[in-house]
Amino acid sequence: MILPWLILIPFIGGLLCWLGERFGATLPRWIALLTMSLLLGIGLWLWANGDYTLAPAPGAAPEWAVEFKVLWIERFGISLHLALDGLSLLMILLTGLLGVLSVLCSWKEIQRHVGFFHLNLMWILGGVVGVFLALDLFLFFFFWEMMLVPMYFLIALWGHSSSDGKKTRIYAATKFFIFTQASGLIMLVAILGLVLVNYSNTGVITFDYTQLLKAELPAGTEYVLMLGFFIAFAVKLPVVPFHSWLPDAHAQAPTAGSVDLAGILLKTAAYGLLRFALPLFPNASAEFAPIAMTLGLIGIFYGAFLAFAQTDIKRLVAFSSVSHMGFVLIGIYSGSQQALQGAVIQMLAHGLSAAALFILAGQLYERLHTRDMRQMGGLWHRIAYLPAISLFFAAASLGLPGTGNFVGEFLILIGAFVSSPWVTVIATSGLVFGSVYSLIMIHRAYFGPAKSEEVLAGMDTREMIMVLGLAGLLILLGIYPQPFLDTSAATMSGVQQWFGSAITQLASAR
Amino acid sequence: MDLTIQHFIALAPLLITTITVVVVMLAIAWRRNHSQTFLLSTVGLNLALLSILPVLKIVPLAVTPLLTIDKFACLYMALILVATLACVTLAHAYLGDGGKGYPGNREELYLLILMAALGGLVLVSAQHLAGLFIGLELLSVPVYGLVAYAFFNKRSLEAGIKYMVLSAAGSAFLLFGMALLYADAGSLSFDGIGKALAATSMPSLLAQLGLGMMLVGLAFKLSLVPFHLWTPDVYEGAPAPVAAFLATASKVAVFAVVVRLFMLSPAASSGVLTTVLSVIAVASILIGNLLALTQSNLKRLLGYSSIAHFGYLLIALVASKGLAVEAIGVYLVTYVITSLGAFGVITLMSSPYSGRDADALYEYRGLFWRRPYLTAVLTVMMLSLAGIPLTAGFIGKFYIIATGVESQLWWLVGALVIGSAIGVFYYLRVMVTLFLIEPNLRRHDAPLNWEQRTGGVMLLAIAILAFVLGVYPQPLLDMVQHAGLQLIG
Repeated sequence: MILPWLILIPFIGGLLCWLGERFGATLPRWIALLTMSLLLGIGLWLWANGDYTLAPAPGAAPEWAVEFKVLWIERFGISLHLALDGLSLLMILLTGLLGVLSVLCSWKEIQRHVGFFHLNLMWILGGVVGVFLALDLFLFFFFWEMMLVPMYFLIALWGHSSSDGKKTRIYAATKFFIFTQASGLIMLVAILGLVLVNYSNTGVITFDYTQLLKAELPAGTEYVLMLGFFIAFAVKLPVVPFHSWLPDAHAQAPTAGSVDLAGILLKTAAYGLLRFALPLFPNASAEFAPIAMTLGLIGIFYGAFLAFAQTDIKRLVAFSSVSHMGFVLIGIYSGSQQALQGAVIQMLAHGLSAAALFILAGQLYERLHTRDMRQMGGLWHRIAYLPAISLFFAAASLGLPGTGNFVGEFLILIGAFVSSPWVTVIATSGLVFGSVYSLIMIHRAYFGPAKSEEVLAGMDTREMIMVLGLAGLLILLGIYPQPFLDTSAATMSGVQQWFGSAITQLASAR
Repeated sequence: MDLTIQHFIALAPLLITTITVVVVMLAIAWRRNHSQTFLLSTVGLNLALLSILPVLKIVPLAVTPLLTIDKFACLYMALILVATLACVTLAHAYLGDGGKGYPGNREELYLLILMAALGGLVLVSAQHLAGLFIGLELLSVPVYGLVAYAFFNKRSLEAGIKYMVLSAAGSAFLLFGMALLYADAGSLSFDGIGKALAATSMPSLLAQLGLGMMLVGLAFKLSLVPFHLWTPDVYEGAPAPVAAFLATASKVAVFAVVVRLFMLSPAASSGVLTTVLSVIAVASILIGNLLALTQSNLKRLLGYSSIAHFGYLLIALVASKGLAVEAIGVYLVTYVITSLGAFGVITLMSSPYSGRDADALYEYRGLFWRRPYLTAVLTVMMLSLAGIPLTAGFIGKFYIIATGVESQLWWLVGALVIGSAIGVFYYLRVMVTLFLIEPNLRRHDAPLNWEQRTGGVMLLAIAILAFVLGVYPQPLLDMVQHAGLQLIG
C-alpha cells in the first residue's frame, strides 16, 4: 500500500497548500516542505528496507522490491499497477530531494498566489512519481500527460517574460506543452499498436508491462512501435532535432520550474527509455542504436556550442543539459552494463548539478534582476560565497573528478568504448567543449570589470543550506558512488540482458 | 400492425415528452409563469428519463416500421434527455426571474426545447428514412426559433435566419438523396436498403449519388467541413443555453442516426463513400482546429472546436468495425458532458440575460481570482476538450485512437494527432486567460451565489462527472458496451 501513497501524498499536499492559502502565505510553504520531506523520508525508508536485487530480467517472471496492483478499467485490462525497483527508487529519491529544494528556492521568489503555486508544484511531482512507478502502459501515459498541465501553469503564471518582450512566458509554456503533448500522442498510438498486436497474437487485451514484455512482434512492426516511443522520449530528453522547447521553457520558467524541469522531468524520458523502450523492443532498439548514438553525439556538440553562445545564464545551463543528456543517450544505447550504470549516475549527478546551477541563477536574478551575463561581470567581489559555489558547480558540470558527473561520464565512456569506440572517442572530445562553456559562464558572470562597486546581499542560511547540501551530495556521488550503483545494478543488468543479447544477435547476423 | 402494451412501454420516453410539450403549452396558455413552466418541463424530462429503465427490459422492439427501440436508442435517448435537462436548467438561470433578465416572453423557450428534444428522440430510434426525416425536421424547426429567441438582438436574429436557410438547404439535399436511394433500392427502411445494396457487388451509381447527397444534408447538421460555415455565426448569435443545446443534444441525435444508417446498410460504408468520409474527417479536424486558433470569442471558438470534434468522431465511423460503435458512444457521452460544462460556464457568466452574452475572451481574464470554482469547472472542460488525462475527454480520445489504430487508418490517426496538437494551443489560451492578472475594466460576472442555484449545482455536478469519468470510466464503458453490441448483433 505504500506505493499509491507515494503518489497521493503530493496530490493531497498540493490541495492542502491551496486551501491553506487563506491563512497566509507562509502556511502553504510549510505544508509543501512537509509534504516533500515526507516523500523523501518514505523514499529513504524504502531504500533502507527494500531488497533491490529484485528487478525485471528476461526469462524469469519479473520481480519487484515492492508491488501494488488493482484492476482499474476492466474493459481494456488496465490496472493500477505500480512497482518499485532500484532504478525507480533512485529516481523517486531524486524527485523528493529536488521537490524539497524547489519549495525552498521559491520561498522568497514567489509572492503572488502562493497556494496555487504550490498546488501546481506538488502536482508536477506527484505526476512524476507516478511516471516512475507506473507499470501499466496506460497508467504510464496517464501520468506522463498529466504532469504537463501543472508545469504549464507554473511557467505561464509565475514565469518571467524575456526582457525584449519577444518571447513571453505563455509562449514558452505553450510551446513546451504542445511539443510534449503531440509527441505523447504518438506514443499513445504506439502503445495501442503494441497492445493490439499482442491482442491479435494472444487474444488477451492488456496494457500490463509484464504481459507485453512477452509480446512477439514482427520485425517491421517492432521498429515502428519503438520509434513511436522513442519520439516521445526524445522530445522530453531532449534529443537534438526535438529540443527547441527546452531553452525557452527554462529561460521563462521560475526557478522551481527550472529545477523540476532539468532535474526530474528530463529524467522521466531517460527512465522511459530504460524501462520501456529497450526491454519492450530490444531488437528494434539494437538496430536503431547507431542512429540513437549519433543523435546523442550531435546533442553533445550542438548543446555545448549553443551553450557557449548564450548570453542568458539560464539558457546556457539549459543547453548544457542538452549536451549532458547526449551522454546519457549514448550510455543507454551502448548496451554495456557499465555504460548503463554510468547513465544512471549521470542522470542523478546532472539532476543535482543542473538544479544547483538553476538555483544559483535564480539567486543571482533575485539580486541583480537580470539573467543577462553581459550585464554581470566582476561579481566575485560583490557577493559573498555565491561566486565560489557557482565555480564548484560549473566544475562539476564539466565533469571534474571528485564529482558525480565525472563518475557518470567516465562509466558511460568506458562502457561504450567496447562496442562503439569511434562514437566514444568523438564523445570524449565533447568534454572539452563542456569545460569551455562552463568556464566561460563563470568568467563572464563573475570576473572581468565590475559594472558597479555596490556590494550585494550575501547568501542567507536557507540559500547556503540548499546549495551546500547539493554540493555535498555531488561529492559523495563522486567519491563513493557504490551504494547508488548497487541499488540500480539489478535493474540495469536486466536491461542489459534484453538489449545486449539483441545487439549480439544483430552483430552475428551481420 | 397491432400496438400492444409492450409497444407503448417502449415508446414511453417519446410519449411522456410529447405529453410534457402539450401540458407546458396548455399551462402557458392558462397562466404565464416562468418558474412553473420550468418546473413542468424538468418534471416531464425527468419522468421521460426514468421511463427508459422499464424500456430496457423489453428491447429491442420494432414499433411501427418507422422506429426501433433498442439499447442503442435507449443510450442516446438518455443522453439527449440529460442534455436537454441541463440546457433547460441553464435556460432558467439565463432568462432570470422577476424584473431582471430577459425582457420578452420567457416561457416559450421551454416549449421549443422540449419539441426539439422530442425530435432528437425520434431521430435516434429511427430506422426508416421517413422516420429519419420526421425526426430531423422536428429537431431542426424549433431550433430556428430557439436560435433567434433573443430576436431584438441583431446577431441572434441573423443567426436564426442563417441557420434556417442553410438547414433548409441541407434538408433539400437530404430529401433528394433519399429519393435517389429509394429509386435504386426500392425500400425506405435502413434494413431494406442494406439488403438491396448488399445484393449487388458494387452499389450502383444512383445509390452512391443518393447516399452522397444524404451525407451532404447530414453533414450540414453536423457542421462538417465543407458544410461548416454556419457554425461559428450561429453559435455566437444564439443565446448561450440554446448554443449548448445545439452543440450537444442536436448533434448527438444526428450523429446517432448516421451511425445507425451506416451500420445497417453496410454498403453505405464502403467504396467511394469511405474515401469521401475520410477526406471530410481530415478536413474537419484540420480546418476546425486551425480556424479556432485566432478566435477571441469563446462561443465561436467552441463552435470551431466542435467541428474538429466531429471530425474525430468520423474516424470511428470510417473504421465502422471492432470498437467503432463503442468508441462513438463513449466519445459522444464525454463530448456532451464537456460541451455542457463549457457552455454552462458561459451561460452562468451571462446570467441573467442583459442584452449580450459574456463570450469575449477578455471578459474571462483573471476569472480564477474572482470565481475560483467556476474557473475550475471551465478549466476541467478545456482540458477535457483537449483530451488531457484525469478528464472524461481523454477517455473519449483514447477510444478514438484505439479504433483508428485497430482499423489501421494511419492517415486519419495522423490527422488526429496533428489536430490535437493544434487544439491544445487554443484550449490552453482560454485556460491561461482565466488565470492571468485581472484587468481593471468593468466586467460582467456570474452572480456571486451562482453555486447555490439550480444551474450552478448542475454545472458542478457535470464538472465532477467529467473528472470522475476521467479517473474511473469503467461504469460508462460497461453501459456503452452493452448499447453497442445490440446494434451489431
